Amino acid sequence: MMTFQQIKNILSDTRPESVEQLAQEAAQLTRRQFGRAISLYGPLYLSNFCSSHCTYCGFHSQNKIQRIKLEPEQYRKEMQFIHAQGIRNILMLTGESYKHTPVSYLKEAAAIASEYFQGIALEVHPMETGEYKELFAAGVDGIAVYQETYDRDRYAQVHLSGYKKDYDFRHATPRRAAEAGMRQISLGILLGLSDPAQDVFALYQHLTELERSFPGVEYSVSFPRLRTVKAETLAICDVDDVQFVKIIALTRLLFPRVGINLSTREEPNLRDHLLEIGITRMSAGSNTSVGGYTLLEEKEQDPQFDIKDERSVAQIVKLLKAKNFDPVFTDWRHIENSL
Amino acid sequence: MTDTPLVIAGKTFTSRFLLGTGKFKNKKDLSDSIAACGSEIVTVALRRIDLERHEENIIEYIPAHVTLLTNTSGARNAQEAVRIARLAKASGCGNWVKIEVINDSKYLLPDNQETVKATEILAAEGFVVLPYISPDLYTARALVKAGAATVMPLGSFIGSNQGLKTKEFIQVLINEIDLPIVVDAGIGAPSQAAEAMEMGADAVLVNTAVATAQNPAVIARAFALAVESGRLAYLSGLPLQQLMAKASSPLTGFLYDDIPAN
Repeated sequence: MMTFQQIKNILSDTRPESVEQLAQEAAQLTRRQFGRAISLYGPLYLSNFCSSHCTYCGFHSQNKIQRIKLEPEQYRKEMQFIHAQGIRNILMLTGESYKHTPVSYLKEAAAIASEYFQGIALEVHPMETGEYKELFAAGVDGIAVYQETYDRDRYAQVHLSGYKKDYDFRHATPRRAAEAGMRQISLGILLGLSDPAQDVFALYQHLTELERSFPGVEYSVSFPRLRTVKAETLAICDVDDVQFVKIIALTRLLFPRVGINLSTREEPNLRDHLLEIGITRMSAGSNTSVGGYTLLEEKEQDPQFDIKDERSVAQIVKLLKAKNFDPVFTDWRHIENSL
Repeated sequence: MTDTPLVIAGKTFTSRFLLGTGKFKNKKDLSDSIAACGSEIVTVALRRIDLERHEENIIEYIPAHVTLLTNTSGARNAQEAVRIARLAKASGCGNWVKIEVINDSKYLLPDNQETVKATEILAAEGFVVLPYISPDLYTARALVKAGAATVMPLGSFIGSNQGLKTKEFIQVLINEIDLPIVVDAGIGAPSQAAEAMEMGADAVLVNTAVATAQNPAVIARAFALAVESGRLAYLSGLPLQQLMAKASSPLTGFLYDDIPAN
């Protein structure tokens, strides 16, 4: 593991030749570990009820948006739509609300999702180990939980109320999910909240600790950059494309086998180039509003963030093939989960 | 020189080169590679088989005469490997299964103990079981008892292209185990595949080195030739290597000091 100073030095060296060198090494490692396979997944927003007030998020509790929670027959329709596009790995998301989207609700969603999808992951409020065990048994294989920032002061400034305010509970969430048997765990930082070098370093530490304790889990990381919500800026991301590329490349060098996710937050041109450098999983054909695929007209939608890559699944597949990548829809076959 | 064919679970194979199917950039490269190397056993991860989508279904790119060896990639313990193998069989992928139990996503080293457990269960259920292990004599013996059809020791870390880092341990298995020894993982160059065969391995399995090559079909063919060549060398018996020149006898020369020169 590198020291903070080493990471800071690498990230602050923006000479084009250094950036290129880093990218070349990362690209080579990525090809050796993953070949030219890129896994695709689709996000499904189940609910935007949220009890947390996070200043940067479109779903935050104080934001006056239409609150929706999909009922089973509604999300089934959304699932059918996503499935029809070819997607077999689904990431189901909610706001952070124990009250509106309790474990029972998520379990039912997982059961219905398993009729359509081979890989089921959740990005919802942090829970206890016992609850994760229930979800694992219900067919959930993956948990995404991002610390957003590892800078405690900044964390307190942007997470004003609700469960998310509790830094330590959130930090220990991947550990609880791993204890419960989850196969895939995704960590992440929201670039733009604090000093990127600090956050990247802390994320690497978090990942290293988890790898030591739970070596069997497949880890992946995400580096979402703060986005506007309905063209309104809630916070500003000062991580430019050069920094962003370097963070992806450095992550690959330090964690050769870790998955790196990329969402539709990023623009098509950048996304396409990042594929060569280190990305292994990407979302496609995404809609980030509850009911956004089939239930609501666009003008009625309240997205969590604005999408920059609006290409359909079919378009993404075509692009991947044209660039000599193999789009992978199934990278897990659902089996009965038990510990 | 005539060779006896490779026999696994009563089935005869002329090719001693097995191909893995992960990491290819497209399905055409895969099918071209299979054709070019003449491999008769091809391994596919069940997790990558998309039965619903014909265009994406990897199995449709594997010719009918090739034996499909489904692998349990993703299994973290014996129980999961068993479930995956059963699911493969139920999905029409046959009963040949490569047991891969990996509970370490950093090094991807196989868990030998869990592999033995899974082999016992699946062999008893009538599966043809080809277990992938870190080369270890006791594990290999346990696998023989458990009813394995082969033993597949790793040459080095999977995907590393580092060659036969575990050479001496593989040699022990070749010497002591009465099952076909298939060297799997880490073979990065045809010369390394030849080396494994020269040692007396019965077959070699390669994936990354072919799939991630600029021209997979060409290197697949090179591997197949190297395997053949190594096999021939093994059958013919390699000439013993001379350790050093025989100029003098510094340690034992004294024995002959008294002999008068005449």
